[in-house]
Amino acid sequence: MALTKKPRRKPKSNPQLTLGPVLFNWSAEKWRDFYFRIADEAPVDTVCVGEVVCLKRWPFFEPFVAEVVERLESAGKEVVRSTLSLIMDARDLDSVRAISVDESHFVEVNDVAALTLLAGRPFATGPMVNVYNEGTLDFLERRGAKRISLPVELPRASLAALARQSKAELEVQVYGRLPLAISVRCFHARAHGLHKDGCQYVCGEDADGMPLTTLDGTAFLRVNGTQALSDTYGNLVCELDELRAMGIHRFRLSPQNVDMIAVAQAFRDVLAGSREPEAALGDLARLAPGISFSNGFFHGVEGVSGVGPLASAE
Amino acid sequence: MSKPLELVCPAGTPTSLRAAVEAGADTVYLGFRDSTNARNFPGLNFNRRELEDGIAHAHDRGVKVLVAVNTYPEAGDPGPWHRAVDDAAAFGADAVILADIGLADYARRTHPGLRLHLSVQASASSAESIAFYHREFGIKRVVLPRVLTIAEIAAINRTVPVETEVFVFGAMGIMAEGRCVLSSYVTGQSPNTVGVCSPPSHVHYEEVGGRLVSKLGAFTIDVLEAEEPVGYPTLCKGRFVACGRTSHLFEDPTSLNAIDMLPELMDAGVTALKIEGRQRGRAYVSRVVGVFRRAVDAAARGEALPPDDLRALTEGQSETAGAYRRTWH
Repeated sequence: MALTKKPRRKPKSNPQLTLGPVLFNWSAEKWRDFYFRIADEAPVDTVCVGEVVCLKRWPFFEPFVAEVVERLESAGKEVVRSTLSLIMDARDLDSVRAISVDESHFVEVNDVAALTLLAGRPFATGPMVNVYNEGTLDFLERRGAKRISLPVELPRASLAALARQSKAELEVQVYGRLPLAISVRCFHARAHGLHKDGCQYVCGEDADGMPLTTLDGTAFLRVNGTQALSDTYGNLVCELDELRAMGIHRFRLSPQNVDMIAVAQAFRDVLAGSREPEAALGDLARLAPGISFSNGFFHGVEGVSGVGPLASAE
Repeated sequence: MSKPLELVCPAGTPTSLRAAVEAGADTVYLGFRDSTNARNFPGLNFNRRELEDGIAHAHDRGVKVLVAVNTYPEAGDPGPWHRAVDDAAAFGADAVILADIGLADYARRTHPGLRLHLSVQASASSAESIAFYHREFGIKRVVLPRVLTIAEIAAINRTVPVETEVFVFGAMGIMAEGRCVLSSYVTGQSPNTVGVCSPPSHVHYEEVGGRLVSKLGAFTIDVLEAEEPVGYPTLCKGRFVACGRTSHLFEDPTSLNAIDMLPELMDAGVTALKIEGRQRGRAYVSRVVGVFRRAVDAAARGEALPPDDLRALTEGQSETAGAYRRTWH
């Protein structure tokens, strides 16, 4: 690669926190009030707003979007508009089209289909777009990707290799349940003996996902409509320094049904050097009682594992 | 008589390749014996010499060969994937089946004459997504994700100038393919980069109180009574507890069989039918390919499909039409 021809733009080394989109079917009022509080109190730089799991939920949130976006922007937050993870039909596409006509916001692509609609303008990609290697990174950058939230399963070696190469800003999820799979089938409806078309919005009953355990009673996954999430919360608070040393400076917090203001503050304090990671890990454990944390994907082992300080924190 | 649908058949080994060719395959698909293909199970697939011979054997009999290079190259080490594409081209493969955007870009630039198919692992589930791969890489055919209804497939065929290939028989994909890291979460091995879901190296069975417990990594995937058939503990086919109920929450142990839908698939504008099963043996391949050969030819003549019961070959001896019927959703 001819470095002289195209000097590499160094990403801002000032660490940035992104709040990912709410993945769960919270009540519309809870959803709105959550974002209002984030706007007013959370030390995050960027907030993703939009339904990424099931379009059937969107009509409930949609009436509140304008005021949520306005409140966030008035508070100085950058708003990113998130889009569906699995785009199949015209309605799904229309939802992306409706979002992409507004060129004042960054759109986060979660299905390749959205790229067709965003041709020629800068975009971001979410963690469910498969960016595993330099070839894909390079291609998407040439097509306008400015920010890439990497797949949650990438180990440190891959993250470091991508960071060495990237011109776009890279982001890694450092907090929250890990998005493990998406399907056309609604497992929430199925668990309740219902069909997706007559789901009665039962996913709304589980603000942090529906627990799924093994037959011997081990907590395993959380079901969120058509999505499967980890039962553990991914937590890379002790890996932030290593990520920054690689050249990754943007970190995603995925909203859970806990005090996300305090969670964001814990990460902010570690990034600012005002709190030790291990101490922050203790804070985060107290904020999410009964939750196990995992960081195995980063360390190249089972994603469910807690390695290093997480292992001793168990 | 209409043009018969192209019958695309699995070749997990050179033996299966010969069986598929003999049983009437129009096309076989296969992969190299490494992590560059999504069926990287022990004992399967082709070394360089076998693959070259396999292509020659098939071509001599007028059968096409598609080489699946359909995992995602690992950052820092694209070499094995690039070599797989280069060698497939050099050996005269009729097309390569790719999933990764970066690898498609490489193939397009390095081998402009090589025909590219988009793997199901790319999860291109809409006309716009397929159009992206067509526009950017000149993809000629897409293997459609097993999430679409026949009406949706027809709509795609009306919209994009790309051939479609659909699964008609074999294991069911429950999650959007290429976008599922459940197995990785439990085993540390990514299906997307290593090419194997629920790897045998992480499967074990324990007998507890007269019942058989099947595990993947540290997690119990199923518990079977003595009289129940023992299935392979593929993660998404397991039995779990949710809402206080024990069930196969993601999917019952069942197989896709769309043989009754061939006329509908023809009407929907589908070009090719794919039989899943590169991990299956010679007898299975011969039987299934033979049955589908007769059915495809009958459908092309507008005749009723010949009766043949494939149920004995399906997982759990039960069949589903999968997402082709919306009731599955």
